[in-house]
Amino acid sequence: MKDINILMIGVGGQGTVLSSDIVCDVALAGDADVKKSEIHGMAQRGGSVVSHVRIGAKVLSPVIPIGEADIVISFENMEFLRYPEYAGKNTSLVVSTHRIYPPSVAGGQEAYPAEQTEDTKKAFKEVFEIDAMKTATAIGNSKVAGMVMLGKLAALLPFDADLWRAVISKKVPPKTVDMNLAAFNAGYQF
Amino acid sequence: MKEVLSGNEAFARGAYEHGVKVVSSYPGTPSTEITEHVAQYEQIYSEWATNEKVALETVIGASLAGRRAMTCMKHVGLNVAADPLMTVSYTGVNGGLVIVVADDPNMFSSQNEQDSRHYARLAKVPMLEPADSQEAKDFIGIALEMSEKYCTPVLVRSCTRISHSKSVVTLKARNTPPTFEPENDIKKWVMVPANARVRHKIVENRLEKLADCADTGRLTINPVEFRSEEIGIICAGVTYHYVKEAMPEASILKLEMVYPICFEKIKRFCERVKKLYVVEELDRFIENELKAAGIEIQPLNRSVCGELSVDEVRKLFGKSVKEPAFDPKQLPARPPNMCPGCSHRGMFYAIAKLKLFAAGDIGCYTLGLLPPLSAINSTVCMGASIPMAHGMDKATDGALARKSVAVIGDSTFFHTGINGLLNSVYNAGTSTVIILDNSITGMTGHQPNPGTGCTIKGAPTQKINFPKLLEAMGVKNIRTVNPFDPDECIKVLKEETAREELSVIVTDKPCIFADRSVIKPPFYVDVKNCSGCTICTRLGCPAILWNKEDKRAFIDESLCTGCELCVKVCRFDAIHQRG
Ligand code: SF4
Ligand code: SF4
Repeated sequence: MKDINILMIGVGGQGTVLSSDIVCDVALAGDADVKKSEIHGMAQRGGSVVSHVRIGAKVLSPVIPIGEADIVISFENMEFLRYPEYAGKNTSLVVSTHRIYPPSVAGGQEAYPAEQTEDTKKAFKEVFEIDAMKTATAIGNSKVAGMVMLGKLAALLPFDADLWRAVISKKVPPKTVDMNLAAFNAGYQF
Repeated sequence: MKEVLSGNEAFARGAYEHGVKVVSSYPGTPSTEITEHVAQYEQIYSEWATNEKVALETVIGASLAGRRAMTCMKHVGLNVAADPLMTVSYTGVNGGLVIVVADDPNMFSSQNEQDSRHYARLAKVPMLEPADSQEAKDFIGIALEMSEKYCTPVLVRSCTRISHSKSVVTLKARNTPPTFEPENDIKKWVMVPANARVRHKIVENRLEKLADCADTGRLTINPVEFRSEEIGIICAGVTYHYVKEAMPEASILKLEMVYPICFEKIKRFCERVKKLYVVEELDRFIENELKAAGIEIQPLNRSVCGELSVDEVRKLFGKSVKEPAFDPKQLPARPPNMCPGCSHRGMFYAIAKLKLFAAGDIGCYTLGLLPPLSAINSTVCMGASIPMAHGMDKATDGALARKSVAVIGDSTFFHTGINGLLNSVYNAGTSTVIILDNSITGMTGHQPNPGTGCTIKGAPTQKINFPKLLEAMGVKNIRTVNPFDPDECIKVLKEETAREELSVIVTDKPCIFADRSVIKPPFYVDVKNCSGCTICTRLGCPAILWNKEDKRAFIDESLCTGCELCVKVCRFDAIHQRG
């Protein structure tokens, strides 16, 4: 199998870690080797979170080398700007259009880098912009926005959608399975 | 069965599969989750100890009693446990004894970047270093066998990239653990000088045998992958994967036992390659050992700071790395912050308001250093706050004690703060100590401690009563304050810092994760009353935002936990509760 490097970026509390765990389990169930590496800072909510997921026949380093991410998935509209080194000329970007204001923006000292975000999107091979928050809210819970994003990521990876659904059903709290699957399907069809 | 496990889950699984009976640890990133996962196996007795020294001493006892035992800590935790480590090397073990130590290259969440391999050499005990989760699990087994066979504690070194990365692991059933009769052997277990002199020779002799075992023994470690005759690379741990990916043509000797080094195998490897390199993270530990043994190593221009990576290794060998698609730009940061409703915030607001010098400590509350509060002025190590304030007091004949405080959390107080406070009491210090008691170990992800009232498994247990404890320790001035009432905090701070005697102020509101019942309906800002004075925004609560257009504060109600702190500082009656 062709090696696939996925950089998953989000803000603490968005479910980035759970999402990357699901990708790992799907890859294993799909007979691939997989490694993931994660940095989430100190006890913090609202901080930057990044997961490297590498899938292939045999994965070595758990960290993606410079310029070698195949897919960058950003659960927040500007966060992918924080990890410029991993995207290369052949990288696809899956990005949520939902904005979460960093403290300095919320506090009025700095502006949200809207222009820069739009500009940088041009550096990618292809860009999938998803209004995950709107889709999730329509489904009935803004908390499943991350699952909408994961649905889109699944559509770009070589694993069967049912494999994803099985892993998701096992990983999310039992009461929320239906809602998460609905969100996944919406993202998958996006 | 195969599963994707983090290194920490795999260490815990290793303890389970290889029959460990007792695990005692103190939490510390990135090692914390090992013990949390161990707690899920009912066959293993596990506990949070009050500090790493206590944890190691507990498992030494478990080993003496004839059972397999493990303790897990972060690199700076091993400093605290260094005292028993140096001597348990002499006594040796009975049941297998493993110490997992997790380093933090690049200091993602640590106060220094120390390289724990030096401890293996200092204590003269073997150290194994796994390169992924499968090895994390397997090496616990190898370490336990090695420990019993050679009568030695064994260090297993992890790092953030092992502990917090995930890879595929094959799971096995739990072995029947070997058990041994408890030892009652004075010559072995009582380290008075006469006995210790005998043991020291045994330790030196053991090191030689251990170096041989990696070469010839039944423990198959330190594998060689022979490829090119041009370049041979010696590496260890996660660095092995970086090297293999960056230099697929090179021959590799992967040191799985990083101490003691088995020179015979390395000499044979050297003979087969033209140029020999050592690629290692942090200090030049292996390199210096080899050089001291007269082995010729090719120089590499490598930094001893921070992490390695595939790209770093490529660069070391003059290979090109890919171009990033876009340049980094200055972005609004997402810094860590104390949570909305955090019970530390009000006290820091009061400290900042009075411009007191705060000798800080290690915990969530270290984040009090961040603007807008900027309320912490020093942080060195666990428990340092109280003795540092005491030193400042004595150095200035009390002058600085009138303008300063020590701040320490409950868990840190139990860890090593309690000793410092006893010292201040005994030596008639006059400083002011604030115990920020939020009833949990917050920083590492909310582990219970002696002030919580439950054990690692959630079973109810004795909850320490701070005022009673302090009274028994001989503290005369003890005040308990509500940290959500800044006016009260300011008043008490003024009184107690002015006092030419030691005083301890205890805040008594739990972390919002220790007791979810403290969460109340959210507050909102009534714009017509808000004067735009910005006092509430200076609390640094993530839920309080600023509307630039109409120059008024507003509250993100999805984040607000209803702690009422902002209500208490607003002088314009602009903040009200929903519902
Ligand atoms: S009541 Fe005020 S200080 Fe407390 S969490 Fe809500 S907004 Fe923050
Ligand atoms: S403290 Fe009160 S008046 Fe001042 S900005 Fe905040 S809400 Fe407005």
